[in-house]
Amino acid sequence: MKRFHYAQPRSEQEAVSLLATPGKETVALAGGTDLVGLLKRMVVTPDLVVNVGEIRTLQDIDHDAEGNLWIGAAVHLDEFLRDRRSDPYASAKQVIQGISSIQLQAQGTLIGELLRRPNCWYFRDGHGLLAKQGTMVIEGANRYHAILGNRGPAKFVNASRLAPALISLGARLRVIGPEPDQETFLDLADLYRTPTSEGENENVLAPGQLVSHLILPPHGNRISAAYEVRHGEGPDPPLASAAVSLDVRLGRVQEARIVLGQVAPVPWVAAEAAAHFVGKTITEESAEQTGVESVAGAIALSENDYKIQLAQVAVKRAILRAAGLETGGLDGPMPQRPVERQTEPTPLV
Amino acid sequence: MAEVQYSWPENHKTRLLGKRVNRLDGMVKSAGTAKYTYDINLPNQLIVHALGCPHAHCRVLSVDTSAAEKVPGVVLVKHIKAPKAGEDPVEIEADGTLLVAVAAESEAAAAEGVAKLKVEYELLEPFTADDDLEAAEAKDRTRPRGGGISLDEALGEPGDDEDIEEWEEKQIEKLFADADYVVEGDYGIDAITHCCLEPHGTTLHWEGDRLKAHLSTQNVSGTDDGFAGALNLTADDVDVHCDYIGGGFGSKFQPNYWGIAAAEIAKATGRPVKFMLNREQELKVAGNRPSGFVHVKLGADESGVVQIWDSHHWGTSGFNGSTVSVNSVPYVFVPKNYRRKATGIATNNEPSVAWRAPNHPQACALTQTAYDDLAAKMQADSLDIFLRNLENIDSPEKAPLYAEQLRIAADLINWQRHWHPHGKSPRKGSVVEGLGIAIHTWGGAANDSDCRLRIHPDGGVESYCGTQDLGTGTRTVCAMVLAETLGLPVEAVKVNIGSSTFPFSGASGGSTTVGAVSESHRRAAQDALAQIFELVAKKLEVPADQLEAAGGKISVVGYSDKELTWKQACSLIGIKPLEVNSSYKRQQQGRTTNLSSSNVGGCQMAHVAVDTDTGLVKIKRMVAVQNVGLIINRKTAESQVYGALIMSIAGALFEHRINDPKTGVFVNSQMDSYRLPRLGDIGELIVHLHEPESERARGVIGLGEPPVISGCAAISNAVCNATGVRVPTLPFTPKRVLDAMRTAKG
Repeated sequence: MKRFHYAQPRSEQEAVSLLATPGKETVALAGGTDLVGLLKRMVVTPDLVVNVGEIRTLQDIDHDAEGNLWIGAAVHLDEFLRDRRSDPYASAKQVIQGISSIQLQAQGTLIGELLRRPNCWYFRDGHGLLAKQGTMVIEGANRYHAILGNRGPAKFVNASRLAPALISLGARLRVIGPEPDQETFLDLADLYRTPTSEGENENVLAPGQLVSHLILPPHGNRISAAYEVRHGEGPDPPLASAAVSLDVRLGRVQEARIVLGQVAPVPWVAAEAAAHFVGKTITEESAEQTGVESVAGAIALSENDYKIQLAQVAVKRAILRAAGLETGGLDGPMPQRPVERQTEPTPLV
Repeated sequence: MAEVQYSWPENHKTRLLGKRVNRLDGMVKSAGTAKYTYDINLPNQLIVHALGCPHAHCRVLSVDTSAAEKVPGVVLVKHIKAPKAGEDPVEIEADGTLLVAVAAESEAAAAEGVAKLKVEYELLEPFTADDDLEAAEAKDRTRPRGGGISLDEALGEPGDDEDIEEWEEKQIEKLFADADYVVEGDYGIDAITHCCLEPHGTTLHWEGDRLKAHLSTQNVSGTDDGFAGALNLTADDVDVHCDYIGGGFGSKFQPNYWGIAAAEIAKATGRPVKFMLNREQELKVAGNRPSGFVHVKLGADESGVVQIWDSHHWGTSGFNGSTVSVNSVPYVFVPKNYRRKATGIATNNEPSVAWRAPNHPQACALTQTAYDDLAAKMQADSLDIFLRNLENIDSPEKAPLYAEQLRIAADLINWQRHWHPHGKSPRKGSVVEGLGIAIHTWGGAANDSDCRLRIHPDGGVESYCGTQDLGTGTRTVCAMVLAETLGLPVEAVKVNIGSSTFPFSGASGGSTTVGAVSESHRRAAQDALAQIFELVAKKLEVPADQLEAAGGKISVVGYSDKELTWKQACSLIGIKPLEVNSSYKRQQQGRTTNLSSSNVGGCQMAHVAVDTDTGLVKIKRMVAVQNVGLIINRKTAESQVYGALIMSIAGALFEHRINDPKTGVFVNSQMDSYRLPRLGDIGELIVHLHEPESERARGVIGLGEPPVISGCAAISNAVCNATGVRVPTLPFTPKRVLDAMRTAKG
């Protein structure tokens, strides 16, 4: 770990001004479940670490007047899971439950999870996101790498497990900085990009910018679900995942959003497959067909052909799960873990 | 005084032996107050970090340390494997090899110092394809590692004018031609690392010319020699101390070159030094288990008894180019006729070190998978095939024991209910289920051990022994043996272990410790008790052989009124404590005594579910049936087996070293990429310690290694039974399962 300065601002403005300190490489710290490892391995070597966890305005989950749910940058995964207002966002909750580590759930934040750096071992070994313009991955150990969006030099997969679910739910972000009082809103899907040259990040945030809030639109009558193909019950990244959000009326799909995870440098929006799904009834066959269409154009690297099948299966099972049907596989129906609730004290009679 | 006859009490007379006793150190470990080597910090200590070589194969030409030396807080930069200025370049054959160490006032300064080292490398071609025999041959990376032919005497002998090799070849061809079933297959098991939770390392300091080292070691009494030899001292100038160790598994017998470097840095700077490997270095250089891959052809008669085995196996133990021992394949089963051959492959990996049951888990996975494929080919019940082949095993006298164990295990896993021929599982959606078996063997004879036992006139009891507790419960075993013998509660004895200043006890390797400390502590306690009996006999005016120690009293057998409390009895000792030094030496007393012996067998069965759409394998249940002689602490004995099953599941489904095919670098050398099973992955584990009186009568036998041997093979066989497809190489990741099923479909 390189020595760095540490700051713990109390306001958004203060955080922005610290993060935008001229001439300094800065980084925001929330839960630190990813950042601390990167600091220790000196993959990230900032001059200043800014802890945003103590900023009051970032610690809450709140509804606004339009029914949007605002989640601050310091809100932990388990706080969201426990909050009754998260109930309509089934797919997001399923993903957090799947991060089956009490430590990660308690310490990690939603926004931090969205900004997890890629797990690519070449990146984490200090070779950069593109690892010699992609050649290290092409010639190397690429069993966990991208099968979609991988024609350029970037072969890593986006590390966020929550992003596919939240993108399919129509999540937006409030971003502040780098100028004081600067505030920008963007769709979560637009946060991510596929870098084409070394030095470009996997997201569009400029130096000094901070994602302050995640904003979930009202859920309406949509159904949603996520399915992750996980090798083991640990917190390890899934091998492939999918999240769907569907508007189903009178037994037919009116509108569909399908987003795949762990398959491309960005969360992969399967727009065509989703459009094709419209008008269909949800059956095992239609779900399977949509899975196949979702990975259309996938190109396997030398070791990751199997991921194409896993991604198809993930889409199929996410659709079936959203519809409340048996997903098959080893896990059967999604275990509905009882969620702790704040209960009113029972009045004494 | 009559000579003491060392023996164990009969089963019905024991108060502690064979019972479940909580670990004496369970609470301090759980509460985090137990001090592991990693927890030891000495006043004014320096922290050492080292630069690991980033290349799998290279020449280190030069190192510029000037920038590192200028980092504030850096005190000393020391070349380890890298050449000093003016020295010849050094060839490095494994990534992670420690090149240069930086000693500094803080972790951060040491890390920054390492980052500022400028090393000039000349890259050389790496080779890490340990499974690819052809590629290894093409690159001149193969090393012959023995082989041979053994044919049944009934086949006769070559005539005088016949060439022996041609004759043998003909016999083998004929045996295959005569076989009712012939199976040919490829099987493999990847290299794994020891992955100790507490990395290797030491915190040490010099007191004048004496070296005092806290070392994470499984060889407390033996590593002083290791330091002394390298530092030109004698062992009496080195004290090694280790109260607790966070995993060793066979990799922590030496001070290692980084331990020596730590001592040299401490000498040069005159300050205490703490040098623990980081996680990446721990996985890369601190220990790994050789890989093994085999091509087998076997022929069996109509009842499924293998009559001819013909195998060639290869794999790597790192750049020294060895592999799984040729003598261990075929494993447990030894057909009347066999030919075997082994080839080592020199890869750019750190050389292997002993890993729990060296050679056995791999040999089991290379052998008993092929036996199970015979059952698959015959569409026979695997259990029947395993039972029938017990007629040809390496220790024929153990056949009835294995048969009994297989019967017990089959009951526990509900074999009859769940069995179906290979590939004929009922399907539930994409999920199929299957059962698998494997059997194993191990020695486990006691190591040498000395015990000094001191009994104070006030009744206090303390023991000293230079053994170590790897987490297996050795401390508790010592206390139980003493307490049982002296008729005291466990809490009444103070066990001191973990220091090389205590009487010698052997390294904890090869399942030798429980036998060793049981021998030395039982002997010491019986020796001391005999002296106390003499004193009590005089006092009570009865013959000493009429006395017994139980319930905190020394009493005359059959006379309830003639007794002394333990304290009263000890007051007869006089002013100075009674001290005995008792020892067990394998050379002198032999591998089989009244107290301990060796040679156990066990079997394991796995019940798995496989999702054929994703290739995921889930353990539903695993059963381990293990004989172990006389059990000291049933609780920690079972715990050993539970741990071994989990380790087997790790090796069967998750963990393996992944080398980059181009650069050779070990890419998953961090805990976030070196996958291991979690609680939810281990299913239901059933442990049955098989302890018929005939086995108990053999005394104590080691249990560390045997239960970790056959799990991988059993899981492989269960997956094959479920899917009807043999996944060739362990661990069975989803990719490998899907790839195998795709290949099988053609």
